[in-house]
Amino acid sequence: MESIGVLMMCPMSSYLENELQKRFNLVRFWNFPETHRNSIRAVVGNASTGADAELIDDLPKLEIISSFSVGIDKIDLGKCKEKGIRVTNTPDVLTEDVADLAIGLILALLRRLCECDSYVRSGKWKYGGFQLTTKFSGKSVGILGLGRIGTAIAKRADAFSCPVSYHSRRAKPDLGYKYYPTVLELAENSDIFVVACPLTDQTRGIVNRQVMDALGAKGVDEQELVKALTEGRLGGAALDVFEQEPHVPEELFQLENVVLLPHVGSSTVETENAMADLVVSNLEAHFAGKSLLTPVV
Amino acid sequence: MSESSESPLVLVHRTPTLTYMDDHLSRNFRLLKTYASPDPLPVFLSRHAASVTAFVNIGRLKIDAELLSHLPSLQLLVCTSVGTDHVDLAECKRLGIAVTNAGDAFSDDVADCAVGLLISVLRLISVGDRYVRSGKWAKPGEFQLGTKVSGKRVGIIGMGTIGSRIAKRLEPFGCIISYNARTQKQSIPYRYYSDVLSLAADNDVLVLCCSLTDQTRHVVNREVMESLGKEGVIINVGRGELIDEKEMVKCLVEGVIGGAGLDVFEKEPQVPEELFGLDNVVLSPHAAVATPGALESVAQVAIANLKAFFSNQPLVSPVRLG
Repeated sequence: MESIGVLMMCPMSSYLENELQKRFNLVRFWNFPETHRNSIRAVVGNASTGADAELIDDLPKLEIISSFSVGIDKIDLGKCKEKGIRVTNTPDVLTEDVADLAIGLILALLRRLCECDSYVRSGKWKYGGFQLTTKFSGKSVGILGLGRIGTAIAKRADAFSCPVSYHSRRAKPDLGYKYYPTVLELAENSDIFVVACPLTDQTRGIVNRQVMDALGAKGVDEQELVKALTEGRLGGAALDVFEQEPHVPEELFQLENVVLLPHVGSSTVETENAMADLVVSNLEAHFAGKSLLTPVV
Repeated sequence: MSESSESPLVLVHRTPTLTYMDDHLSRNFRLLKTYASPDPLPVFLSRHAASVTAFVNIGRLKIDAELLSHLPSLQLLVCTSVGTDHVDLAECKRLGIAVTNAGDAFSDDVADCAVGLLISVLRLISVGDRYVRSGKWAKPGEFQLGTKVSGKRVGIIGMGTIGSRIAKRLEPFGCIISYNARTQKQSIPYRYYSDVLSLAADNDVLVLCCSLTDQTRHVVNREVMESLGKEGVIINVGRGELIDEKEMVKCLVEGVIGGAGLDVFEKEPQVPEELFGLDNVVLSPHAAVATPGALESVAQVAIANLKAFFSNQPLVSPVRLG
């Protein structure tokens, strides 16, 4: 398999790079010699860098795109279907990490943990206690998107005695949580609003001004979000993802009521390795003529 | 709001900022306020508190034998913290003084804080936030990987109201819970370890939420930290003195343990400055109880204890005096 050209779109995991290098002819997009175009049979992308129509058209021998992520909004799926190109992602292995982080973000935001940390490190504690913060236990949590990740978040919030409700494409009565048929109603009835759905044409900008106003001072059109936060119309936000990563609206940097993370939802040693193994396994299965493990297309 | 001669007299001590109980107390009792007098405390007590039977200590004023000697009629001491290590419990027992604490009032908030600290340490939330705000993410370079929280083995030292709530919150994370406590609790399903050293050996995380007593002082010492190991994380929402702080700082700096989330310290508000530069610690200014809900709850518990005392009913949250 060493002659199979696999194009990695950006640095994403040195473990993954090594594993791909061992098995395939790994070409790195950021050092991409034009001459290799015809040898590329697979692309490995991630949450921020996928494969658009232009790239797909540029790689005549492309058979499979294996994404090092569960989100595949950066891949032109229509084009892939048209050309018979397979697409895989990394569901399940990262579910717990993302759910863990969601709860961590809520706690960090409500209990101002990052600020508390800075407060102590700056020496300010010697001069007085930190302000009161907001209790998490018992607050109502509204989850937008009750898939694997949304469900895992719900289970965790449950243990903090948080009443959980959700909006999803379809109601899931077996899970026992309260369903709202619209995003707006969900926002009106939640203290804490968690966005855990995939990005699709239907969900783009779904957390708009109306939704944010319904949440009140106590997800996402980012410009609206920044305005709502700086104008005090929204109580706070904890964000692991942004519209144009790694660019983050700088107005957010000075705010006390935000927590900002560099898209680390699944960034643990354990999970990155599991995701990398899944990417490699999908590629190996494809080139050996076997069934894909986690196909999207 | 009327002061009736029927209202019992209650001695109250508090610091200037801890005003959250003022209304609750004045609505229900006649108050003798230590803080309304310029007299030094022992003088004030000798002059005015000889007949006082109940004392509300808002904050953690040290209650020792000397202070108690000025309160010859005292029968009830109401504390607003969960911990009573600032009280000479043995002396209270000797003098027949009942002591109450905050009971369950803070437990949810402390448990939330413990879990928050744990996730923040392992998943580098505080570090990540600083990284993004500094503008570093926009430049090329990778943010370091964190460590998975789900599935970790968590050893809880102290399985009272707070420990059990921490365990409950960590269960859906798939964490494997075990504990050490004064005695094994038959009603709970977690594995019991009779000593902290073995607990540390078998766990990835140690959470401290037990009372500070002579037996538990420095219960986490160098040996325990070495047993916990270089990937191990300590979360402390109990009291600073539960850990040998000097040794802990060395263990963190030298990589003997993997990280720590700390809400309490030996000599608050002083915090060892060697910790300030570390990315594998998250520090908090004894804020685990600091939500408006928690303060309201503890005020209610205190009032309930006082009312019970004055009407000869069982106390709501008595502390065992040993």
